[in-house]
Parts: sequence; C-alpha cells; structure tokens
Amino acid sequence: MKNANRMRIPVVALAVLATLYGCERERRDFGPTPSGATAIKSMRMSDLFPGGSDKTPAVDNRYDDNAYALAEGKRLFHWYNCTGCHGEGGGGSGPALMDNVWIYGSESENVFATIVQGRPNGMPAFGGRIPEKEVWQLVAYVRSMSGLVSSQAAPNRDDAMHAKKPESEVDRQRPVDVSTPRP
Amino acid sequence: MSSVGAALPGSADDASTAGRAGPRRILDGAGRDSAAAHALQRTWSDKPGVLGFLRTNDHKRIGRRFVVTAFLFFLLAGALAAVMRAQLALPDSHLVGPDLYDQLFTMHGTTMMFVFAVPVMQGLSVYFVPLMVGTRNTAFPRMTQCAYWVYVVGALTFWIAFALNTGADAGWFAYVPLTGPQYGVGHRADLWNNLVNFTEAMGLMVAVDIATVILKMRAPGMSLRRMPLFVWASLVASVMIIFAMPSVMLAANLVSFDRTFGTHFFNPAEGGDALLWQHLFWFFGHPEVYFIFIPALGFVSTIIPVFARRPMFGHDAVVMSLIATGFLAFGLWVHHMFATNLPELGKSFFTAMSYMIAIPTAVQIFCWIATLWTGRLNLRVPLLFVLGFFFIFVIGGLSGIMVGSVPLDLQVHDTYFVVAHLHYVLIGGAVFPLFGILHYWFPKLTGRMLDERLGRWQFWLFFVGFNVAFFPMHILGLQGMPRRMYTYGAETGWGPMNLVATIGAAVIAVSVLLFLVNVVRSWLHGERAGDDPWGADTLEWSTRSPPPPYNFAALPVVTSRQPLWAPRPPDAPTHVSGLSAEDREGLVTTVLDALPDVRYSYPEPTVWPFVAAWAVYAWLFWSGLSSAGMFWGLIPPAIAFIGWYWPSEKETTRQILLDKRP
Amino acid sequence: MIEALHNVQAPGGVQAQAVYHLWLLLLAVCTIVFVAVMAALALALRRARRAGAETRPRVELLERREPAVVRAVVIGVAVSAALLLGLLGASVYTSRTLAGMPLTDALHIELTAHQWWWEARYDDPAPSRIFLTANELHVPVGRPVLLTLRASDVIHSFWVPSLTGKKDLIPGREAMVTFRADHAGVYRGQCAEFCGYQHAKMALFVFADEPEAWQHWAEGQLAPAAAPRTALEARGRELFETGTCAMCHAVAGTLAGGRHAPDLTHVASRATLAAGAMPNDVAARTAWILDPQAIKPGVNMPATRLAPEDAAAITAFLGSLQ
Repeated sequence: MKNANRMRIPVVALAVLATLYGCERERRDFGPTPSGATAIKSMRMSDLFPGGSDKTPAVDNRYDDNAYALAEGKRLFHWYNCTGCHGEGGGGSGPALMDNVWIYGSESENVFATIVQGRPNGMPAFGGRIPEKEVWQLVAYVRSMSGLVSSQAAPNRDDAMHAKKPESEVDRQRPVDVSTPRP
Repeated sequence: MSSVGAALPGSADDASTAGRAGPRRILDGAGRDSAAAHALQRTWSDKPGVLGFLRTNDHKRIGRRFVVTAFLFFLLAGALAAVMRAQLALPDSHLVGPDLYDQLFTMHGTTMMFVFAVPVMQGLSVYFVPLMVGTRNTAFPRMTQCAYWVYVVGALTFWIAFALNTGADAGWFAYVPLTGPQYGVGHRADLWNNLVNFTEAMGLMVAVDIATVILKMRAPGMSLRRMPLFVWASLVASVMIIFAMPSVMLAANLVSFDRTFGTHFFNPAEGGDALLWQHLFWFFGHPEVYFIFIPALGFVSTIIPVFARRPMFGHDAVVMSLIATGFLAFGLWVHHMFATNLPELGKSFFTAMSYMIAIPTAVQIFCWIATLWTGRLNLRVPLLFVLGFFFIFVIGGLSGIMVGSVPLDLQVHDTYFVVAHLHYVLIGGAVFPLFGILHYWFPKLTGRMLDERLGRWQFWLFFVGFNVAFFPMHILGLQGMPRRMYTYGAETGWGPMNLVATIGAAVIAVSVLLFLVNVVRSWLHGERAGDDPWGADTLEWSTRSPPPPYNFAALPVVTSRQPLWAPRPPDAPTHVSGLSAEDREGLVTTVLDALPDVRYSYPEPTVWPFVAAWAVYAWLFWSGLSSAGMFWGLIPPAIAFIGWYWPSEKETTRQILLDKRP
Repeated sequence: MIEALHNVQAPGGVQAQAVYHLWLLLLAVCTIVFVAVMAALALALRRARRAGAETRPRVELLERREPAVVRAVVIGVAVSAALLLGLLGASVYTSRTLAGMPLTDALHIELTAHQWWWEARYDDPAPSRIFLTANELHVPVGRPVLLTLRASDVIHSFWVPSLTGKKDLIPGREAMVTFRADHAGVYRGQCAEFCGYQHAKMALFVFADEPEAWQHWAEGQLAPAAAPRTALEARGRELFETGTCAMCHAVAGTLAGGRHAPDLTHVASRATLAAGAMPNDVAARTAWILDPQAIKPGVNMPATRLAPEDAAAITAFLGSLQ
C-alpha cells in the first residue's frame, strides 16, 4: 500500500503532462490573434556576435506543436502561391525551404519578419496582405519542412501527386545561417 | 423421474476399462450436493482477490464483465446524445461549437456500435451459450479472456483520448478523405483506427470461441434440430462476424498506412480511390447491424415461447430465416452508397437484395405472432419489451423499405429520416429485446428478480420517450434537415420538431435511470429467485441461480427441443457421467447429432491472456502513431504469446494421464 | 432570410415530383402493412388466455401439426413477398424515369464543392460567355439543367430537396445530376455529406426564374464589376485590391484575381452570404469581413483587423458589386 501511494504522484504528474501535451497538439484555435500578442522585441540575424553569445530569447511560436495550425500553414503555402517561387520546399526562383540553410534565420520571429517584411531579390512583403495569425501558421509550416517542429503535429502527405516526403517523416535538421563557413 | 446416468466409454465407470493403470479420481455425474459436486466446486472455482479476477477464464465471469462494461459505455454514449439533443433543441444554439459537436456525434455512434452493441451481444452469448448447450465453459476460454481485456483497454483509450481533445471527429464511418492524411488533422483519426483494431480483434476472438462451442461442445443428444433459437442466433452472428470484421480492420489499417507511411490507397492523384473506403467499410458495416440485430432476434425467440407457454411455432422456419438473413446481409452494402456515382442498374440490384432480406424477417415476425396467438400469455416485463420491439422494429423495418429504394434514398439519405430509421431498427430491434432479456436473465445472473413495477415504468417511459424523440425525425428529414449538423437557422422551420425530439430524449434518459435504480436495488435487496422462476424450457434454468462455477454437476442428455418441458422417453439417460471432477474436463460432441466424441481438457486459469492483451494493445497503439512502432511494437506481443503458449510439464503430464483414464 | 422551399413533399420540378409519387406509394403500402401487423398482434394479445410461470406449457404442440396457422403464416409471407416485388418494380420504374429526363437544350453548370462553399461555373459553347458565381444558382423555369459535380477537397453532397435527389461529390470522381424546375421560386439546398467543421452551414440557393428574367441575370453575371460611384466605394476597391481580400477572392475587372474563395464580382446580387449563413445586408457583410470565425468557426476565411472606416469602405465597395 505504501508503494501505491508513492506511485501516485508521478502517475498524476504524467497524466497532467499528457493532458497538456495532448491538448496543445489537438487544439483548434479559430479565433483571431489577440492584439499585442506578437510584440517582437528583437531578432538575431546571424550566429556571429561580437563579445560573446547573444542572450535574446527566441519567441515561442505556440503553433510549433499545433497540428491544426501546421495543416492550415500547409494549405496557405499553396493558396498564397509560395510554391510559385519555393516549389514544394525544394526552391526554384526562390531558395529551398526544406534544407538546413537559412539566409535570414530559422527562428520563428526571423521567419515571421521575412514573410511580413519581404526580402531582397524577390521575396514580396506580405505585411498588409496576410493576417498575422495566418503568418504564424505559415511560419510554423515552413519550419516543419526541415523538421524543426514536433513530428507528431507535423502534417502528413497531401491528397495530391507525390512530390516529397511528408513533413512528419522529415528528420530534424540543424539550421545553419549564411555566416557559417561551408566547405 | 429417476436419474439415470450413462457412463462415457473409456471412463472409469466403464466396465471395459476396469483395471487399467492410473490413480482413481472422483468423477462427475452424481447429484448436486454430492462429493462429486464439492470436488467440481473446488476444481472450477477461481482464487479469490485481484489475482483470481485477472486469471479467471470462467465464461460466466467474463460474460458478465462484457455486459457490465458495455453498459457503462452505453451510458457514456447516451450522455453524449443528451448533450447533442440539448444543442439541437433550439435554432442557432451556442451550447456546443462545431468542433466539439463533431466529436460528440462521432463518439456517440462509434461507441454505441463498436463498444456497446457488439460486445453486449457477444457477452451475453459468452455467458449463456455454454449454459444453454449444456457444457462447462466455452471452447477457448483464454482467448475470450484476452478478448475482454483488449476490448476494455481499447475502449478506455478511445475515451481518454476524447477527454484529451483527441476524440474522433469524422463520423462513426470515418470517410476518407476527411480522415485521410491531409484533412484528418492531428491524431484523432488514428485513435479511431486503433479502436477499430481493438474491438474487431475482440469480436473475432469471441466469435471463433462461440462458434466452436456451439458446433462441437453441445450436450449429448442436442442435435442441431434441438438447439435453442438463441444458440442458432449466436452461431449465425458469430460466423457473420468472422467474415465481416476483417473488412473493416483492413480498411482502418489501409487508412492508417496512408496516414503513417504515406501510402496512396485512397489518394486519387496517385491511383487510389476515395470510394474504396466506402466499399470496404460498408461491406462490414451492413453485416454489423445484423450481428447486433440477430442475437436480439434470438432474445425474442427465447422470451416468446416461455411467456406464451408453448414451443415456438415454425421453429425450423425461424432457424432457416436466421441463416438466410445472415447470408443475405452480405449482399446489401451498396445501399449505403446510393448517392455516389456508381452505375444505376447496379444500385437497383442492391435495392432488390435489401427487399429480399425483408422476407426472412417477415417469416420470423409472423411465426412469433402465431406463437403468441396460439399461446397462453404471461404478461410480465420481458414480454412487454418484446411487444415494444414489435411496434418499433416494424416501423423501422418499413422505413428501411423506404430508404432501400434508390430514388427515395437519394432524397432521404444522410438526413434525419435515416437517423430515425436506424434508431428505430437498432433501439427497437436490439435494445428493446436486450432490456427484455436482461429482465428475463437477471435471476439467472444474480439469483434475484428485478422489480416488476419499476420494470413496467421503465418500459413505458422508454417506449413513449423513444417514439416522441425519434418519430419527428422522419418528418425533419423530409423537410430537408441533413445529418451531422451542429446547428440550424430558425428560418428553416426545423425548430419545433427538434424541441419535441429533445423532450423525448429526456424521457428516455429517465427510463434508463430507472433501469439502473432497478438493477442496483434488486442486486442488493431483490426477491430471491429459484432455479427456474419463469417456468422456462432451456437448459440454463436446470441449474442454480446463479450457476455454480462448473455449471452442471453432470452434463445433461437432451432428448427434445424443450429439454425442461418435454417428457423424457423412459429409457433415456438424464445425464452422462465419467468426466473427472478433479480436473477441468469437458465433452466434445459431433456437429450434427451431438454424440459424445472426445474428452477435452480445459486450460487452467492464467494471467497470460491479460498480459497479452496489454502487449497487443501497446503494439496497435504505437503502430497507429508511428512507423517504428509497427515493427518494434511486435516485441511485447511476441513475449506475451510465448509465455501464454509455453507448455507446463505438470499440465501435460496430467492430461496424458487423463487421456488414458481419469 | 429569404423564403425558400426545401421539402421532399413539396416538389418544384419533374425529378422531385417522380420521387414524391414513389414516396406516396411507399408510405401508403408501408402504413397498410404496419396497421395489419399491429392489428394481428393486438388480436393475438386479446385472444390468448392469460397464464403464469407455473402454467403447464403445451409441449404436445411439438408433435401436432397446426395447418390453419401454417396457412396463415404462408399467406402472410406470400403477400409480403408480392408487395415487395411490386415496390421493387415501382422503385426501378422511378429510377428509369429519373434517368430518362430529356436533356435537349440543357443548361450546363459545373459545380465544384469546397470546404464550405459552392463554386458554380456556367458553361457555354462560346468561351467568352462562361462565368463564375458562388453559392447561388439561377436556372430558367422549364429548361433542363445538367450539373457536373466535382469536389476539390473532401466528399460533399449536392441536395436540393424540392428539385431532385442528392448526389455525392467525391474527389477524383465526376458525377452528374439532372433536374428541371417547373415552377418559379426559390429552392434551398444544403450539403448532405459530413465535410468538416462547417458542414452545417453549407447551403445553396437555386432561383428558378422565368426565361427572360434568367437571361437578364446571366447577362448581368457576364459583365465585369461595376465601376465605383462614390469615393467610399473607390477607397473600398483600393483596400480590396491591396489588402488581404485579393489574396483569395476575385472581382472581374479589378486587380483582385484570387481563385481559392468565392468569386465576388456580383456578390451584391446574391440573396445570402457565406453559403446561406447570413442575409446579404450591410450589417452582415461588415460582421463577416471583420470576423468570419465568430459566425462560422473553422471556416477558411481569417479575421481581418480593419479600422472602422476601412471596413465601411470595403462593405460599400462590395455593396456596389451588383
């Protein structure tokens, strides 16, 4: 009986954790982004820093674990014609998104800024054209293409012609930025 | 009537084998309170406590577990229905949003069909078929024991997922592409696929066990023509399950492969077909409603002769009808797909088949009415529920003739008309007989009678509440209300009928509550029942209420279709004796005439089926979520089954000795 | 909201009429059978003497034949079988009638179902006379209509109860349904196959107009968007083209060319908004633009943060799109 009591706390903790995790992955968030939710204070654009490492905390895009948001991001990636330049992630006139090279940073706030502000050499600024919540969904999906989100929440294959491995099967890659010397 | 036992050839009583080697064991065959009966009690009892609970393979304990568990899920699914009706009572209601509502109707349908209806019918078969055929246990008790645990953990997983916002949300039939990899977002559809695997594994295991005990372990003299109608119904349902369930398991696993491995079974862009799912699912789905319905027909055929005080009129015709229904049920499935773009002439063929299956059903109904007409009626609660069954099921069957016609179905398919039809046939055709048989068999299960007055109140509330709830739905469907809508606008004019339906649903809830009160009170303080409070005709009433663990002190010999009613020929033995009372022995008989064939050693109780159920559960659950789980997850079941089948030297030695002589 | 007919028992066209007759036949036969069976049961209950559990059961009936009862049951089964055969014949006959509707000079519409709206493409041999609309069909009275049905995502079902039976729209497959509206009026339809969160609010309205009125409507649909008449409408058009709207919607004659959402070129001419979820008035339009999720949670259109004057401008612009 004593043993049973001792087990109770870890079991309850496990159950609560499972609840929280399960809840987040399966949450369907239909409301708009609350105003003021995405005040990005600062962003790191590179791994190079004078005088030691940077302590800027990354913005946690809570959609990284949310299956509904990732699926919406995938839908919007096609609807908003990201595929026109980036293909299915393999690139074209735009850079590849499914590899580990990130010109402007791979953290959520970096990708958000890239989409909203646009970038030289052809990336349009979608700032006033895509609502903020949908941008965050796209951010999460773009990161999922190189395995940077939870594989349990990442989308599976499309009901379309087979173009690439589904995002849930992609191995997690370690992002490198352009400042990293490559052989 | 003197009790004359016949000695089994090769047994110790048989003079021809006197003098062979081996210690002499106590044999069965003597009366209830004899030394043999005490020996049987010791042999067949389970150890007390949790270990005994987990290790038992007594068909009565397992059958009871199936029924109680299924009922708990019936209450849960019913509660979901109550929430749905509350939401639909008024137009533009905001009680429940679309996401939760989708999970509600999916959980309700899936639970009622997979987790309540099939297991409760199978559970009652597991309990009562060995008693009705006069044997001591089912044929493969460890398999049925394992089936129960697979069922419980599978059903609990499904519901715990619902509590974690991962409840299935695409309908109980889970059409692709909505449950496919693109549109089935998250893991909700995977949990549905898992549940199908668990419950179908359970169904198959129990069906094989029941079919075997019916065909091979009946009491001597119980030829096929003398078998009770409930046993025939269980046999037909079990064989149907064996043929139908693999189809849905296959379909669910194909979707699982599409979702987990990226296969293209249902992807039209890569050569798959979304309609393939519908064919595979409904090839199972239509027979499924019949293997819920056929045991219920068995219930009705059990109750009517007893409460009309005469043998069933047209017994052979009823048997033929059951078998015909079982066959024909496999030829109807496309009637769920009339709205698709299949060829029209082909669809009309399925109309013809759907109409054809009404004929054996009509035969049974007319035979039942004939039995009542020429009988002397004991109007107690079980018969009341059978009368309620007649009223409601005939309406349901006739609305089935309506939806079976292609042009009319194209108007009422996927509307509340079908919701009305399916509830009339399922509740009228299965749940009413179920309540009737529970009132009938409660004394055998517990040794106490259910209260008659509460039973009548329950019946009338259920009957009135059901019709008030579901009849307006026929009209709603004709007025254009489709199924699976979380709300509707006031301008559609559907409000008043929906409100009436919700009121009826509340009345149903009260009647179910009354049933629970009746069960609990009667279990604790009910009037004690003897062996045979109803004056019935089948073998389960010849033993104690509740039966001892070994069922019968001596296996009976059957000489007529109504073993407890018909007078025996004077020189016929009443029982066989010669099985060892110190070992778990049973008798295998021939299929057609039930002549004694071989003695059979039942397996001892063990905890391995419980362990194996968890191992199978782990494998199925893990493989539904990840590709690695499909292969690495096989390790636990491998270990569990090796443990289960590992031969025990003690048992083998004992069985060899028994083979020579008990 | 507009008054519309949506009742199987109120047919407005030849297909629904044929099914309605079959329904009446089935209802009559099934009611008679039900009454007969219940009468037999009631008589049996009245006739039979009462008994108790201890009443001796009549086992002698196991040996005895009961020819009168056998005859009655056999007659009952034979009559049932004959009725079933007759009803089968009626069903097949109705199927043939439905399939045999003449299609001379049929109007051809391609209907594509999306999650949770209907895209209609009016076909014409001259490509310049093809036009797109959404969620509302207009058909001429008395002229056969041929619908080609496709689904873009999941399975949907096209169903207008007062005009014809339903047909599923299945991705990867093409289905066809034919009907003819014989009485002028408005008919309501709804998606009848569960298709996701907003399956409940995926309605469709079919307006059966007199031929001249229909011709006038079709010519109107062919025209590009009307030019803005006020400064507010012009501002609204500018916001529409440069903001989020144009990412998904198209308005012919403007810079907005999105193909994933309903075509809005003539949105103000429609009676309802959002697949029948709301009446098409100013208040509803504004509420929809600002937060569609409050009205149809889960729908693909996002909430758009707009200043009140901008919202009014876009609403005015949309109101000008007759």
